[in-house]
Amino acid sequence: MKQKYEELLGRSITGISITIICILVFSILYFVGAKGISMFVSGDGSIVDFLTGTQWDPGDGLVGALPMLVTSLMVTLTSALIASPLALILAIYVSEVSESKLAQFIQPLIEVLVGIPSVVYGLLGLEVFVPMVRNAFGGTGFSILTGVMVLTLMILPTVTSLMIDGLKAVPKHYRTASLALGATQLQTINRIVLKAARPALLTAIIFGMTRAFGEALAVQMVIGNVLVMPGSLLSQGSTLTSTLTMGIGNTILGTLPNNALWSLALVLLIMALFFNILIRLVGRGGDN
Amino acid sequence: MSKKKLLIVILVLLAGGLSYLKVQANNEPARQKITIVGSTALQPLAQQVALEFQKEYKGAQVNVQGGGSGTGLSQIQEKTVDIGNSDIFAENKEGIDAKKLTDHKVAVVGLAPVLNKDIGLKNLTSKQLADIFTGKITNWKEIGGPDLKITVINRAQGSGSRQTFEEAVLNGKKAVNAQEQDSNGTVRKIVANTPGAISYLAFGYINDELQAANIDSVAPTAKNVATNKWKIWSYEHMYTNGKLNKVTKAYLDYILSDEVQNGTLRDAGYVSTKQMKVYKDKDGNVHAKKS
Amino acid sequence: MDAKKINQIVLTAIKVVTVLVVALLIVIIAYIIGRGLPHMSLHFLFTESEAFLAGGGISTQLFDSFYILVLTLIIAAPLSLFAAIYLAFYAPQNKLTAFLRMVIEVLSSLPSIVVGLFTYLIFVVNFNFGFSLLAGAISLTIFNLPILTRNFEESLDDIDEAQMQGGLALGLSKWKTITSIILPAALPGLITGIILGAGRIFGEAAALIFTAGQSTSQVDFTNWNPFSSDSFLNIMRPAETLAVHIWKLNSEGLVQDATEVSAASATVLVLIVIIFNLGARALGANLRNKMMGDR
Repeated sequence: MKQKYEELLGRSITGISITIICILVFSILYFVGAKGISMFVSGDGSIVDFLTGTQWDPGDGLVGALPMLVTSLMVTLTSALIASPLALILAIYVSEVSESKLAQFIQPLIEVLVGIPSVVYGLLGLEVFVPMVRNAFGGTGFSILTGVMVLTLMILPTVTSLMIDGLKAVPKHYRTASLALGATQLQTINRIVLKAARPALLTAIIFGMTRAFGEALAVQMVIGNVLVMPGSLLSQGSTLTSTLTMGIGNTILGTLPNNALWSLALVLLIMALFFNILIRLVGRGGDN
Repeated sequence: MSKKKLLIVILVLLAGGLSYLKVQANNEPARQKITIVGSTALQPLAQQVALEFQKEYKGAQVNVQGGGSGTGLSQIQEKTVDIGNSDIFAENKEGIDAKKLTDHKVAVVGLAPVLNKDIGLKNLTSKQLADIFTGKITNWKEIGGPDLKITVINRAQGSGSRQTFEEAVLNGKKAVNAQEQDSNGTVRKIVANTPGAISYLAFGYINDELQAANIDSVAPTAKNVATNKWKIWSYEHMYTNGKLNKVTKAYLDYILSDEVQNGTLRDAGYVSTKQMKVYKDKDGNVHAKKS
Repeated sequence: MDAKKINQIVLTAIKVVTVLVVALLIVIIAYIIGRGLPHMSLHFLFTESEAFLAGGGISTQLFDSFYILVLTLIIAAPLSLFAAIYLAFYAPQNKLTAFLRMVIEVLSSLPSIVVGLFTYLIFVVNFNFGFSLLAGAISLTIFNLPILTRNFEESLDDIDEAQMQGGLALGLSKWKTITSIILPAALPGLITGIILGAGRIFGEAAALIFTAGQSTSQVDFTNWNPFSSDSFLNIMRPAETLAVHIWKLNSEGLVQDATEVSAASATVLVLIVIIFNLGARALGANLRNKMMGDR
């Protein structure tokens, strides 16, 4: 009797907790979704303009979000492109190459870097990278490149840490078997370890991209916030998140300029879901 | 089972203690709390004044929050706060029913064009200024400066500073697509560090790291704002909705008192409303003040 | 060239690049910490901030950062612990469970600004919480739930299956076994998980700007009654955390020594994160040793 009662208690407490989490997720999806499409539903802005237009001035009814979308993707992809190889090298070093003091030191160092708040990275960008870019290329120093530098630095620890976990998860006997067959260490790493860890490594990269895509303040501080199609890495730009952060306080809830910003939030949400699905697909690829 | 009993005793004590505290808090000599939300530009002033106010007016508690003019107007319209700060007339913000709100103009803020020091120019004509911000002039040498590309730094769309500046300078023309920054502090940092940069700042933020420019040989001073010889200025509004409670009224009285208007307000770089010889309506037309 | 040579060259290259990157990262950490150190003092940590004048400190911001962290953990820790227990011990292996896991994953990939805006819309505006510590804690809870849940579930999974069997064999209910045998055994892992999550909560700014607010309220550190409106314990008062303070100083700071204050605040923030990390490791190891000793 007592057991049954305890069992019921346990089941209900844990069940309620998980239900609360689910309710939270669905209400976020619902509310951001509802706010995000209200502009299209009311007919104030068309979805075609939103996705293909290049003029953003919701006060005048211009709601082209393409420049921000492109800029966001550009900073995300570029920083992932720079951070991933570096992270892979670090991870290989820690997991495969060395057991030196340095290797033991890297992991706590990386963990501290993961924990550094993004505003601090933004501050670093403002005071170090902006002058650096200005001195090297002229202009203001505020640019997509500067944003990429900040984001690269920001996601490098995250990606590295996940990659180390991924490599370490490859069973020891894979390596010993390969080495016993006469393969060099490099061949072993390249043909066996990296192959076995591939889903985990890809997941690490996508995870880093998710972080980069959603980062708001650090990027807003250095990217320049110009609402035009980015011409090159050196041009200034404005990402979805930086536009959102800057604009939301200057708009009135329920008006077009505000709803247009919520549509940007919806795009962020959809992209987050997309990255999520990508991670699952990649992860599943490893099971087969 | 004793563990469970202990737990129950603790819970009962806790609940008892909390309700006792709650009752006690309710019996405290009513601390009257008001909340002020809105314009980030006005926030430091409102906060400083709140500090001084609380020293004078015992028992009052004033919370000042930023969030932007839009947030301030939204929230005062919803009556979720006591005062909504805004850099712009409520009438000019779409989605706000200005008739319901009472406008208290607590200060006048002057904006001045600011240049990077290396440019060396100290005076611009109003036409030059307009041409720079509409993108017609793109190099400083065109107007007698060094051979240097002009970097325009504008303020965020929908912000009060931008509206004021464009109304006074651009005459309805559209500004060139340029870098946008949301806040005075960031703008100051960028202009000070970027060769060829130009933007505009509230008087209070101008320091010797950058060059404030005269327009048509008129200097950006409080005196020139008062007579409208300097045209780029606007009000800082504190909006209230409906009947004022005691503390809100006292706070507004305090910020409008001579003590603040000639003291803290001026120290922070604002122009006192009492100094003004003219007034501006919501459409930007300037009238002589009827005294 | 033979394979051995290539092997040698590439491994050396890996070592060189690693040393360079690590050196760069150390320089960065040293730079952030070093820049603020000259301005750091006990006075700075324990004085209230100024709106215009130089010489202000960060006492209220520092306290609020910790307070909002505690509030967040009070809400988030039990919720994610129970959710983790459900996933680890109760959830049947079926589509629904897979779906639940996916939902939690989705939550973890949401940008913090979106979570912040959601909390603003629902709790600050619709539920009329206003800018408050509570609203801030809720938004921090939302995006830390997945990480905590995952950390907790991993620590629970690490516990030997035999412990569960043992408890059940003794005639204890499953719930009793979990609470009295499994949880104590998993404690070191749980605590490490909480502390590592705490570092993330401590540094978040984007989700707080529109929920907890952007300025400190006047608080009375001698008033211990949480229902009193000027008490430092009141959870309905607005608050500015250290991370928000840094962002704010750099955008709208009128204080004369804004640069110094923001540099020193960043130093404090990073030092605290380092302490959290070292603390989590030390505490985890310590607890583990103790429990081994008990056996």
